[in-house]
Amino acid sequence: MAALNEEQTILRDVAKSWVDERSPVSAFRKVRNAELESGFDPGTWKEMAEMGWSAVIVPEDFGGAGLDYLTMGLIFEQLGRTLNASPLLMTGVGAVSAILQGGSPSQQNKWLPRISEGSCVAALAFEEGARHDLGNVSATAVKSGTGFVLNGQKTFVVDGMAANLLLVSAKVDDKIEVFLVPSDLPGIQREKLNLADGRGAALVSFKDVALDEDSTLSGGIELLEHIADRVRAVLSAEMLGSSIQAFETTVEYLKTRVQFGHVIGSFQALQHRAAAMLGKIELSRSVVEAALTAIDQGRENVPMLVSAAKAKVGDTYHLISNEMVQMHGGIGMTDEHDAGLYLKRARVTEAMFGNQSFHRDRYGRLDGY
Amino acid sequence: MTQVQDTSDFRSTVRAWLEANFPASLRNKGEPSPGALTGNLTEDEKLWKERMVGQGWGTPTWPKKYGGGGLSALEARILTEEMAQIKSYNPVAGMGVSMFGPTLLEYGTEEQKERYIPDIVQGNVRWCQGFSEPGAGSDLASLQTRAEDKGDHFLVNGQKIWTSGGHLADMIFCLVRTDTSRKHEGISFVVFSMHQEGVEVRPIKLIAGHSPFCETFFTDVKVPKENLIGPLNGGWSVAKRLLQHERSGMGGRISGSGDKKKERPLGVVAKAYVGEDEAGRLADYDLRARIIDNAIEMYCVEATVRRIAAEAKSNSGPSTATSVMKNANMDAMQERAELIVEMMGYRGLGWEGEHFTPEELAAVRTWLGGKAGTIYGGSSEIQNNIVAKRILGLPDLTSHSEKLEGKAA
Repeated sequence: MAALNEEQTILRDVAKSWVDERSPVSAFRKVRNAELESGFDPGTWKEMAEMGWSAVIVPEDFGGAGLDYLTMGLIFEQLGRTLNASPLLMTGVGAVSAILQGGSPSQQNKWLPRISEGSCVAALAFEEGARHDLGNVSATAVKSGTGFVLNGQKTFVVDGMAANLLLVSAKVDDKIEVFLVPSDLPGIQREKLNLADGRGAALVSFKDVALDEDSTLSGGIELLEHIADRVRAVLSAEMLGSSIQAFETTVEYLKTRVQFGHVIGSFQALQHRAAAMLGKIELSRSVVEAALTAIDQGRENVPMLVSAAKAKVGDTYHLISNEMVQMHGGIGMTDEHDAGLYLKRARVTEAMFGNQSFHRDRYGRLDGY
Repeated sequence: MTQVQDTSDFRSTVRAWLEANFPASLRNKGEPSPGALTGNLTEDEKLWKERMVGQGWGTPTWPKKYGGGGLSALEARILTEEMAQIKSYNPVAGMGVSMFGPTLLEYGTEEQKERYIPDIVQGNVRWCQGFSEPGAGSDLASLQTRAEDKGDHFLVNGQKIWTSGGHLADMIFCLVRTDTSRKHEGISFVVFSMHQEGVEVRPIKLIAGHSPFCETFFTDVKVPKENLIGPLNGGWSVAKRLLQHERSGMGGRISGSGDKKKERPLGVVAKAYVGEDEAGRLADYDLRARIIDNAIEMYCVEATVRRIAAEAKSNSGPSTATSVMKNANMDAMQERAELIVEMMGYRGLGWEGEHFTPEELAAVRTWLGGKAGTIYGGSSEIQNNIVAKRILGLPDLTSHSEKLEGKAA
């Protein structure tokens, strides 16, 4: 754990006890079994917003707490432990980062207070292909009067079914821009994409959607990268939390499961694999916290540090989620056990905003080779 | 508690002192000349050593009454960071400073501290470590070197191996068997001079060529009773503490933060051998992926060293987290050495001669020499045993836990 200040320590502890009490893994299992279209429980989301979590990084002028990304990451680490399902990442990190960086005063005044109070759910509609690529944009926004007409289709829009506000990337002539699009505009169609992790995303189509003049964020492709890096960094914190819990659950099992007259955790073959996992968790924590801190300090190397963090924690979560199933043996293959939930969430979060190979490649390019 | 409250004050004091006292000729080298190992210092190196010893900053956290710096852990860290910033180095480093001194301060009598610590602080005496034996590697406690009680002294007979710097050392701290009926409880920790009858040192040639490692033979070596550190037959506890100090130095170091003259990334260096594609990427994609993976891993280790340092609020000694770090650091360094040899192709396989550049020849030796990293100081397997049992609390299959853990226990 980084050297935390008092406020960060308190918020982390509050998040930990809330998660244990109000959002254990069994709560996520209930959401999954209910096959809710939104992919999350509205009551749980309301509680989270009431605790001010959608407002953590929103400046005080807009009804927020004005805290930093490291603090948000600490909360997400706790949420990740029990696989909490909520639109907090896309709304409280993605949309807030976007509007803070690229929004006009009137856009900020319109949307940030709503996000702070929890009345707005936002989603990022940036993907068009099977693999993460912010530059892959066929959607178009054509100037029409003072506004635009939007056409195209976006996939893998996490929390897209419940969102009131969509952030959409589209090309104006040859240049990529980001638009704020209320989801109730005529011409928008949403279909649920049922994903393996039981949360779900949306396939969103835009047919001749008329956007007013105040819908463009400024910043273009750089803004997209700016938003993506903040989502990736906080998502990495969530993945770290999930890895830690998956690991702890597995180590507990190693201490209780008896075969050949011994608890299996006494076997060196398993002990050394457990030790290796702990090492990866320790390294992952360092780079996740370093990436969040770099964002808070406005450092130039944010993209590199974020890619290092997402790649490292992705590898860690990938390994641990596999080992969780393997070390639990047959019981780990059953739907009744939590191992499968961690395994599925792992792969979905690995893919979101770039998997390990995406981020390794990006790290290498940024490092000059 | 009268410590400096505002650490930025201390930082600027340190910075100014280094600016005024670190000789310009030594800047940006990060280490002394090769002669320093054998005591042949240049004039500026001598000066630097005198100045640091004068401040007690070669041993910054040690008590002032023995000549140490008397700094808090935080202040010592600031000193280390500021020294790294200008690529300075500690002129009194060595096993006396990193291992024996801290252990003696904890376990020695007042008389012993007064006898040995000031010489370590001033860098006058070179120490070596007599732990491993041909039959006692990972299972260190099976050591056989005997120390017989002869009234006012012990008579030591036996053989040690991997005595790093043994051929140059003045003193040795050594584990000896004082009771053959018990394993761990029959070991004592003694110190004695390397310059006396019955001590013979033979350097060992390794896979990488000449090495600082030696075999050391003891034949009827007389060791005065007052040279026993800790209780008779209580040497194992002293040794375990010393090994913790040893490992704490193996988990990676903090390099100069914000260092503008950062060395070029490995992938960029590799382009000279491998070439690049139209997009400017290293042309061998498989190699490139592995170089990137290693670069991220090296960065992870460095970030973790920083994190551990930032979290260490008090001078409570090395933590168990160092066990995780040794494996991570050594694995990353070995992989890096492998990648350098691989990217150089045939040129990375030269043993000696003018047909190869110094970098190419160094790459081979670093690759081979680095294989020791996962063996010494408790092998990777021993580290994993420690983590599994001490940190994760996984149970032991046997009732003889000490046996399995060896150096770990």
